[in-house]
Amino acid sequence: MTAASARIATATPRSGVGLLRRRSLGWWGFSPFAVYVLLFLAIPTVYAVASGFFTAKGEFTLSNFSAFVSPFIVTTFVNSLWLSAVVAAISAVLGAIICVALAGMDPEGWVRSAADSACSALAQFGGIMLAFAFIALMGAQGVLTVWLKQSLGLDLNSLTPNGPLLYQVGGLVFPYVYFSVPLMVLTFLPALTGLQSQWAEAAATLGAPRRVYWTRIAAPLLAPAFGGSTILVFASAFSSFATAAALIDQGGIVPLAIKQQVTSETIPGLANTAGVLALGMVVVMAVVMTVYAVLDRRARRWRR
Amino acid sequence: MSRPVGAALGRSGAVAVLVVAAAAFALPLVALLLFTFRVSGDPGALTLVHYAAIVDPAQEFTYDGLFRGLSNSLGICVVTVAIVLLVLVPTVLLVEMRYPAMRRVVEFVCLLPLTVPTVVLVVGFVPVYKVVSGAFGSAAWTLAFAIGVIVLPYAYRPIQANIAALDVVVLGEAARSLGAGAVPTVFRVILPNLRRGILSACLLTVAVVLGEFTIASFLSRTTFQTALFLLQQSDPYVAAIFSLAALVFVFVLLLVIGRLGSFRPSRRTS
Repeated sequence: MTAASARIATATPRSGVGLLRRRSLGWWGFSPFAVYVLLFLAIPTVYAVASGFFTAKGEFTLSNFSAFVSPFIVTTFVNSLWLSAVVAAISAVLGAIICVALAGMDPEGWVRSAADSACSALAQFGGIMLAFAFIALMGAQGVLTVWLKQSLGLDLNSLTPNGPLLYQVGGLVFPYVYFSVPLMVLTFLPALTGLQSQWAEAAATLGAPRRVYWTRIAAPLLAPAFGGSTILVFASAFSSFATAAALIDQGGIVPLAIKQQVTSETIPGLANTAGVLALGMVVVMAVVMTVYAVLDRRARRWRR
Repeated sequence: MSRPVGAALGRSGAVAVLVVAAAAFALPLVALLLFTFRVSGDPGALTLVHYAAIVDPAQEFTYDGLFRGLSNSLGICVVTVAIVLLVLVPTVLLVEMRYPAMRRVVEFVCLLPLTVPTVVLVVGFVPVYKVVSGAFGSAAWTLAFAIGVIVLPYAYRPIQANIAALDVVVLGEAARSLGAGAVPTVFRVILPNLRRGILSACLLTVAVVLGEFTIASFLSRTTFQTALFLLQQSDPYVAAIFSLAALVFVFVLLLVIGRLGSFRPSRRTS
């Protein structure tokens, strides 16, 4: 039986007259969900993005967008994009290496299941508790800081000119990589284990050395999935707020700048800077997720 | 049979990579644990005084905010789980049983909060909550409406994965042809088959609510995370203790969810 006729077969019994009459009523079943999503997802998103287009008095304006020439805002966006890119690059490489190691393990064995649980726990761990852990590790009194000072005479916190490393945008790389690597493993491992051993065997039968299998078969097959996972890591680092908020008091990256603008408008003459920043974030996320969707579609082509 | 990918590192290479990775990931957690035993100003000494301080009635005032935050968060958990059970689950069932064409729309909406950063949503929540406070007051549990949105993707996926492993339409028809009405069909046939997916969704909801900081911080409500953030400035040791406890709790939750299993087509449908 074809898929189409199967669909017809399951559809026919439900198109009785009684059901049809109730069908129009059934649409009301969506109303709780629709109202909830409208009030708490649609309206806030539209408000956040649209508020950048209005003055404090509620008149339409584009002048708020001059915020994007303010050096403060430009630096903030550059910092955020730079930070997310560095985190994504490091996490992609480390995550891929761990994935390759995990792929060599027995898929039903304890190593894989432990790694699975650990990764899903750690990928959720981004937040202020992660910031505390890193303060305990490499803050002024951190375990690693103290140990390095005592054993090697190296002061972790005087390595950078402007104060302790951990409390600057650059220092965010450490905690961000910590929750990004597990995310990379979770998203990239399925692609890697999806590589079928028959493909390697076929290549070997045809006389290809391992290097050729990796460069000409495995790498092109894995490239879209690798790119897609890297982009997801970028997106999660770009939109992360809590870890940074616990480590840095004022501004520096876009989410922190938004918080700053919501609590106090600091750029004189401009209204709703938070809305302008939010719109900027949404644009970046839209671009990133579009690229992800394209890569994901290509990656799926080789899955069963 | 050698797996094609694993062979790239060799067995010992793979083990070495995993051991190093595990050690690296354990490092901040071990540091956090050690930190809870530290004596302020004396890196060499160890003490249990910070654990004793939590239950010390003389210092009750210091941790008052934290316990209030914790109980607020638990209240938010209850309301958020209720939103998942009373709003999301019926909608997903309605889609599966009556309007399969709507599946893509509901899926898109449920996964949307992954794409819209929470910081962006929260800019819009500020004015929405001026209205909400007017209607329900400014009690902490009202945050559940906002957090419920963040939870949607996490709650939707396990339920949908469970549904994908069943054939809800056939189950429903079987129940009806055996004479069950619509209500018994849902409550005695469909929902029991979805209990693992729904339970996973609820546990994930609890995990997300307990870890939520952004919304509470922007709307200046006291929750577990915002209280922890404040406590960190006055007593970082006790903040570390509670962070660890929360982390262990969430890890156990995730282990339970893992135990609930992945939703391959079950014995029932074969």
